Amino acid sequence: MTQSTMTSNTVTPATRGAQRVDPAAAVARTTSHSSLQETWVQVLAMAWRALKKMRRKPEQFFDVLVQPLLFTAMFAFIFGGAISGSVSDYLPILIPGILAQTALTVCMATGVQLREDMDKGVFDRFKSLPIARIAPLAGPMIADLIRYGIASVLTLVTGLLIGYRPGGGVLGCVLGVALTVIAGWSLAWIFTWLGTMARSAQSVQGISMMIMFPLTFLSNAFVPAQTLPGWLEAFVKVNPVSHVVSAVRDLFNDGAVTAEVGWAVIGCAVVVAIFAPLAVRSYSRKM
Amino acid sequence: MADLSAVRAGSLVKNFGDFRAVDGVDLDVRQGEIFGVLGPNGAGKTTTLRMLATLLPIDGGHAEIFGVDVRREPHRIRQLVGVTGQYASVDEDLTARENLRLFARLQGLASVRAKTVAGDLLERFGLQEAADRPLSQFSGGMRRRLDLASSLITRPPLIFLDEPTTGLDPRTRGQMWDTIRELVTDGSTILLTTQYLDEADQLADRVAVIDRGRKVAEDTPDALKTQVGDSTLQLRLAEGSDTALAADVVRRLLREEPVLTPESGRMNIPLPDPNRAADVLIGLREAGLGISSVSVAKPTLDEVFLALTGHGADEPQTEAAR
Repeated sequence: MTQSTMTSNTVTPATRGAQRVDPAAAVARTTSHSSLQETWVQVLAMAWRALKKMRRKPEQFFDVLVQPLLFTAMFAFIFGGAISGSVSDYLPILIPGILAQTALTVCMATGVQLREDMDKGVFDRFKSLPIARIAPLAGPMIADLIRYGIASVLTLVTGLLIGYRPGGGVLGCVLGVALTVIAGWSLAWIFTWLGTMARSAQSVQGISMMIMFPLTFLSNAFVPAQTLPGWLEAFVKVNPVSHVVSAVRDLFNDGAVTAEVGWAVIGCAVVVAIFAPLAVRSYSRKM
Repeated sequence: MADLSAVRAGSLVKNFGDFRAVDGVDLDVRQGEIFGVLGPNGAGKTTTLRMLATLLPIDGGHAEIFGVDVRREPHRIRQLVGVTGQYASVDEDLTARENLRLFARLQGLASVRAKTVAGDLLERFGLQEAADRPLSQFSGGMRRRLDLASSLITRPPLIFLDEPTTGLDPRTRGQMWDTIRELVTDGSTILLTTQYLDEADQLADRVAVIDRGRKVAEDTPDALKTQVGDSTLQLRLAEGSDTALAADVVRRLLREEPVLTPESGRMNIPLPDPNRAADVLIGLREAGLGISSVSVAKPTLDEVFLALTGHGADEPQTEAAR
């Protein structure tokens, strides 16, 4: 240690915590894993980071602002007459459908952004820190709740503007939006898992599109399932998106908490139970 | 506990496909020292460090940090080691202060404490003025300082520095060296990688030289340099064809083997003592051999390498897979 001690005497002595670093004490303090409470704090810290980034890059909100406006109006006026006879008759079917579609689009962005984020140097630091592996994944998803909220409310408001009058009243609408947000958050785990698996953000985008289109269009989001051929109807009926759409329809239009709501919630729970562990495992492996 | 090593690694192995990036490296870093891992690009320095930091799975061998097994208890290791990467691992979209607060919160510091620690570190690393500016306006040196500050939030007993000054200008480099020296006075142990012999020389108490995934030497910087002579006489002969004659003169006078460079008429001669340079020059004049340029230089990593491995540091490393 000859050289370094000699030179360090000439360096301005550090003016900070006088006590020296004690390796033995540090080893004694270590824990074998993050506790539940620590994990929660870490997830919130990561959510805080995601919120800061959102504030700095408002262009991220483009999809949640434009899509609800554009798609609601476009689909209502194009398909309204053909499917339901008139625009106003179609809106009770369409609005919950658009809600689900918009939520899925936001999910897709979650996966793409995670992939982009993971390529950055800061993820090296996240990996080197003693934090639960789920925190970097779950944090941004909590921040995304805001995006789901904005997208859902905007869709509903657009619907109201072009003549939608939900029979479920304010409470039904609030519950419907809440269910959409929960469903969006749950399905986002599929895309988060993709984000941890894929090689690049572009490939996440590509794969996500291939998942998103069948999930939304092969559901009852835009057309009644009965009008479809039998084999397609069978798929539409097990598609979790269909259950979410039906549940939101029941809440919006009738203010009724039906069995569909239960199925939608169970479906979301199953998706999270499968894909959250898969995502964490794949993220931990990519060290 | 005082006699424990900070890092004890044996026969570390890392394969990337068919390529064996790290091939049986042993390291023993003592508590409180600065240990340097010296080697050219692609030698396996960073890979070794990343394995020890739990950033890469260890394919073979074993490693302990303060007696904790790296493979079995990665979460404990992460609490003991602060890692500063080759490419600043800080969040480009946040400010310096936000970065430090985030890392502090992630490591369990309460909100108020996180703020205080962030403020202290910004001050200590001379970043207060830039604290709330976007990182895109930061210079390379500022980023490195922020990166190092981020590794010190919990005052870890062991700090990994991966090429801490690569790409920095000489002044910033000197400041970084001072900062690193201060850390050990706190009782921290430092494991750093570098491509520069002078950096290892300036900072490290002991140095391991890594080449093609293997450790080829381990010693104090002084001892390493003595192996190649304290300094080097670099000559360029007026006539390239005189090279063999000049080499004979050198061998006779110094009993040293001159190192011929690929350029015609150029040779590097290890000098046990800088004063012997005059002997060589006089010897060459007496033999009637003209010189077009001459200089005396400190030994470079390349020369240490040549002396230790028989090949230069800048030779392609790809054929190392064997």
